[in-house]
Amino acid sequence: MSLTAKDKDVVKAFWGKISSKADAIGQEALGRMLVVYPQTKIYFAHWPDYSLGSAQVNKHGKTVMRAITDAVGKMDDLIGGLSSLSDLHATTLRVDPGNFKILSHNILVTLAVHFPADFTAEVHVAVDKFLAALSAALADKYR
Amino acid sequence: MVEWTEFERATIQDIFSKMNYDVVGQQSLARCLIVYPWTQRYFGNFGNLYNAAAIMGNPMVAAHGKVVLHGLDRAVKNMDNIKAAYAELSVLHSEKLHVDPDNFRLLGDCLTVVVAAQLGAAFTPEVQAAFQKFLAVVISSLQRQYH
Repeated sequence: MSLTAKDKDVVKAFWGKISSKADAIGQEALGRMLVVYPQTKIYFAHWPDYSLGSAQVNKHGKTVMRAITDAVGKMDDLIGGLSSLSDLHATTLRVDPGNFKILSHNILVTLAVHFPADFTAEVHVAVDKFLAALSAALADKYR
Repeated sequence: MVEWTEFERATIQDIFSKMNYDVVGQQSLARCLIVYPWTQRYFGNFGNLYNAAAIMGNPMVAAHGKVVLHGLDRAVKNMDNIKAAYAELSVLHSEKLHVDPDNFRLLGDCLTVVVAAQLGAAFTPEVQAAFQKFLAVVISSLQRQYH
């Protein structure tokens, strides 16, 4: 399910629209994930506060979203572009790759909440494909 | 048996009592056919599904989306025994319609996105959790009679 030229254009155009709210989107998506899929909290056992709006969720949500925004500019070679992040997730963080799909779903839900008119079905499919390709690139070094 | 909190019960009743079945049904099914195009395999006789615009404007998709969404009503009305409420529909989806049960989750995800867009900020993480739990129970019940 590779990214077509049209997919890349749609993702870039949409990301341009959401750029001013990107940090907030990342924070909310992470916050949603921790509530809706509580098993994901195991990766953050050292956090004092998992709630939406907490310092930890805000900081980490921003970090993750900035990396995703960065990847929008690397769509022509996600595996190469995400190589060091993949090393990090594979060897140090060891996040089960099944969780990438879970976070991706929560990003889509958050986008739908904040951009109901812009997050059309065409944008949805392109962004879903992008996040899936990104997740695969992130898992590339796992084994 | 599935345990529901008061909040979860109230949330589900609230969402469905205010649901615009025409819009949400059409939007969810159309979105599923666009975002996961392999799901079109079940709708060979629906006419023009060649592109997103065609799918969005297709009256058979709109009509069927409404039927499917109303199919959730029996779970809304029987939250304490969704498994039994869906036994017959499960047999139908397995024996007659031959739907891959993985596809229930895909439609469920599209429904979640459409409801999120409709409710906006009111679709809080807690509401999302209740809604997704409800869908997971329905999906599990729909898969139960597959063999």
